[in-house]
Amino acid sequence: MSGLGNIRGWLLAEVPKSKWQARGQRFYIGWLAFRANPVAMAGLIIVAGLVLVALLAPWITASDGLEPDLPNRLQPPSAEHWFGTDQLGRDIYDRIIWGSRITLYIVGLVAIIVVPIGLVIGTIAGYVGGLVDSVLMRLTDIFLAFPRLILAMAFVAVLGPGLENAVLAIALTTWSPFARIARAEALTIRNSEFILAAQVQGVSTVGILTRHVTPLCLSSVIVRLTLDMAGIILTAAGLGFLGLGAQPPTPEWGAMISLGRQYLIDQWWVPTVPGIAILVVSLGFNLLGDGLRDVFDPKSGA
Amino acid sequence: MTDAPLLKVEDLHVSYNTPTGVVEAVRGVSFELGREKLGIVGESGSGKSQTGRAILGLVAPGGQRRARRLEFDGTDLLSADERTMRRIRGDCISMIMQDPKYSLNPVMSIGAQIEEAFLVHRETIRQEARERTLEMLRAVKIREAERVYKAYPHEVSGGMGQRIMIAMMMIPEPDIIIADEPTSALDVTVQLQVLAVLDDMISERGMGLIFISHDLNLVASFCDRILVMYGGQVVEQCLAAELDQARHPYTRGLLNCLPSLDHGQDELPVLKRDPAWLSAVKVSS
Amino acid sequence: MGLTSASSGQTAGSGLAPPSVLVSIIGVMVSLTLTFIGLTAITFVISRVMPVDPVLAIVGDRASDEVYQQVYLQLGLDKPIYIQYLRYLGQLAEGDLGTSIMTAQPVIDDILRFFPATLELATVATLLGIFVGVPAGVFAAVHQGRWPDHIVRVVALLGYSAPIFWLGLVALLIFYANLGWVAGPGRLDVFYDGIVEPKSGILLLDAALADEWDIFHNALSHLILPASILGTFALAYIARMTRSFMLDQLSQEYILTARVKGIPERQVIWRHAFRNVLVQLITIIGLTYASLLEGSVLTETVFSWPGIGQYITHSLFNNDMNAVLGGTIVVGVCFVGINMLSDLLYRLVDPRVR
Repeated sequence: MSGLGNIRGWLLAEVPKSKWQARGQRFYIGWLAFRANPVAMAGLIIVAGLVLVALLAPWITASDGLEPDLPNRLQPPSAEHWFGTDQLGRDIYDRIIWGSRITLYIVGLVAIIVVPIGLVIGTIAGYVGGLVDSVLMRLTDIFLAFPRLILAMAFVAVLGPGLENAVLAIALTTWSPFARIARAEALTIRNSEFILAAQVQGVSTVGILTRHVTPLCLSSVIVRLTLDMAGIILTAAGLGFLGLGAQPPTPEWGAMISLGRQYLIDQWWVPTVPGIAILVVSLGFNLLGDGLRDVFDPKSGA
Repeated sequence: MTDAPLLKVEDLHVSYNTPTGVVEAVRGVSFELGREKLGIVGESGSGKSQTGRAILGLVAPGGQRRARRLEFDGTDLLSADERTMRRIRGDCISMIMQDPKYSLNPVMSIGAQIEEAFLVHRETIRQEARERTLEMLRAVKIREAERVYKAYPHEVSGGMGQRIMIAMMMIPEPDIIIADEPTSALDVTVQLQVLAVLDDMISERGMGLIFISHDLNLVASFCDRILVMYGGQVVEQCLAAELDQARHPYTRGLLNCLPSLDHGQDELPVLKRDPAWLSAVKVSS
Repeated sequence: MGLTSASSGQTAGSGLAPPSVLVSIIGVMVSLTLTFIGLTAITFVISRVMPVDPVLAIVGDRASDEVYQQVYLQLGLDKPIYIQYLRYLGQLAEGDLGTSIMTAQPVIDDILRFFPATLELATVATLLGIFVGVPAGVFAAVHQGRWPDHIVRVVALLGYSAPIFWLGLVALLIFYANLGWVAGPGRLDVFYDGIVEPKSGILLLDAALADEWDIFHNALSHLILPASILGTFALAYIARMTRSFMLDQLSQEYILTARVKGIPERQVIWRHAFRNVLVQLITIIGLTYASLLEGSVLTETVFSWPGIGQYITHSLFNNDMNAVLGGTIVVGVCFVGINMLSDLLYRLVDPRVR
């Protein structure tokens, strides 16, 4: 008890004694505000649940969800098959659980590609300014003005259908808003005193960008990323639904809806359950993003 | 102060519910106002602006207003319904806000905004409203009234914006004007012009004025009577001419902080606050 | 003192457009052109890296080397890449998007035939989104923190998070298969097909012009479900943004001014706050309309709606690259065009940027 109390005291001390304490404090105070927001907490619980389910998949499923079991095809939901079975007799619950890994894989991969590109282009444009800024922002605007799904479809048409290509196509059409945000932040940071101090001390441009500008852009980029996650999931599911994303027998939720389409009227659970899964997860990211925005940037409202 | 007071305020309280508890912004303010110029002075957070808003029944969301008595010309403002309050706002009591940059609607033409203040209280035709508006614009010393009538708020300077604000609030000919820091957002040179316009209009029409400001000197020279507020309470009430005889330590402290040309001082004293001021509600009048 | 920018106030009344409007139009045109160049550059690159030999696609497998060579030169494939790109732009300017392998017709003709269906769908969906979403957003903002606000927020968030194709399937199951309230997939029942002459290609309009009200009703019955599904997203987005803008405006000082003047609350909301919101909403509505044009791909697939989205998808599966790229360009141009248009409209409506 007293140990916990000490940590709390350390986290709420009026004057932080070290860099780490200051960081810990900022995080803790943000967490307190976040915890008081029930909507954001609901989002966090959903997203944490998704991660947990993906991690525990081997232990909470009975099969790998890939092997057909034709005698048991199109079984309605029951104690044995909670969400019923699909057209090949595979347990839908198992497939949903394994599918959570694919969803996480997609959003994770898109984030890994998109955030660095956005940060590099945005911070350079904002910090360096001038012609570099004009050229980079024009490029960003061009990508920003593109219809996302159609362009992703065109990319997939060239690269060929498949999960990785769908991710690549989504990433190519998703990075531009991050560059805009990073640039806007870099523009406000550029003229602050501590940047001037760093310049006077002889820190190189690269050093300033990586150690001073980028960390300060991160929070708004993360908020935007969380809000974009839902869109990424929906686009990926849409590509899967059109048959341009993950290919069978991969238990990708969009593809599952597409394959279950023809059983809609008589075996409604086949396409319905994966749809609910997509809805819940994308709702979770939206709620979480809203909450994070309220904590990091209370001014932007809504 | 020749006739019966227009406005009677007795024991006015305004409080806000915040996550950290109830905040009392105004704590038991009482005064009367006739056809005179009353100044309310205080630092930011002293509750002077909240007092002005509370009279009009426009306390910000989350706020509550209580009072023993709040009367305008025989009408009880505490029990008045929204409809009665709307009739009183603008037509009987009006308010001039601090910064015309924010207090004028950016996407409505200036003429339309002034006209609206008139039309909402008078059954009249557009043509007459328009003429009255142009008349008012000229009355606040705007030369090219026709052009300003068509212009938008972002196209005029701050000083002109504030004169437009005065015209807008005066056009229904209210009995009382509350001016909430009307010149604080303006350049010093423009301040005097706007004050002169305000003074002319008030004396010509014989209105009552509540002039809210943080500037003790300005209020002393502009108003007849002064209320000094501190921590949501009135700590001093006196005639402007007798300000130098003020007794409350806060008022004395404020007066001592003002540099004076007549008596040379090596160093201006810094105001020392006494927590006891917050609890003592004894008003010397 | 005086008018700080008197020029814009004076010239507004005269016949000539104020110079600032002209400048912004030029600005919009320049950025439209740049975006168009970017778009075509990408489709051009795609068409060149594509694992399909464009010559073989024309001459076939069994053509002789001479014929192959002749077509190779005809297509200008021996020229430097930028010449090829310029040539490509020239063709686009003439409306030449190549020939579709699937339909054996010029791609542009195909698109002109399929596009009105998409336009009809997206337009009705956007209108639904505006007429439900805007009042809902205003309503929520006015009742901030109380139950109307919570309901609008939850519904908007659900509309925002639901996969549209799945929503379409569920809606088909409920309203078509189970309740029978609306007609099923497609634009018309089979026996109504081909009666009305497609003048505009927009069925509702054509049927009304031809005085065929049975067909009008049938078309409407087919349209209402996909349009509502597509409109759900528009509704959610518009309601959310309207609420956010409205809250922002209601906390502004000029709202207090209006209340001080004694203006009824309804007018404070609609005449003062909403007018400011409307200026911001133009951009949002433009964005929504544009994204519905492209977002209709999934809805069209679910509802077998013969629009451009379905055309692109079908072409994709038949390796008909000319059709895919042509469709992409047309949708992209519409997308960019609508956004630019709303940007322009915004500049015209807002007195501050005029």
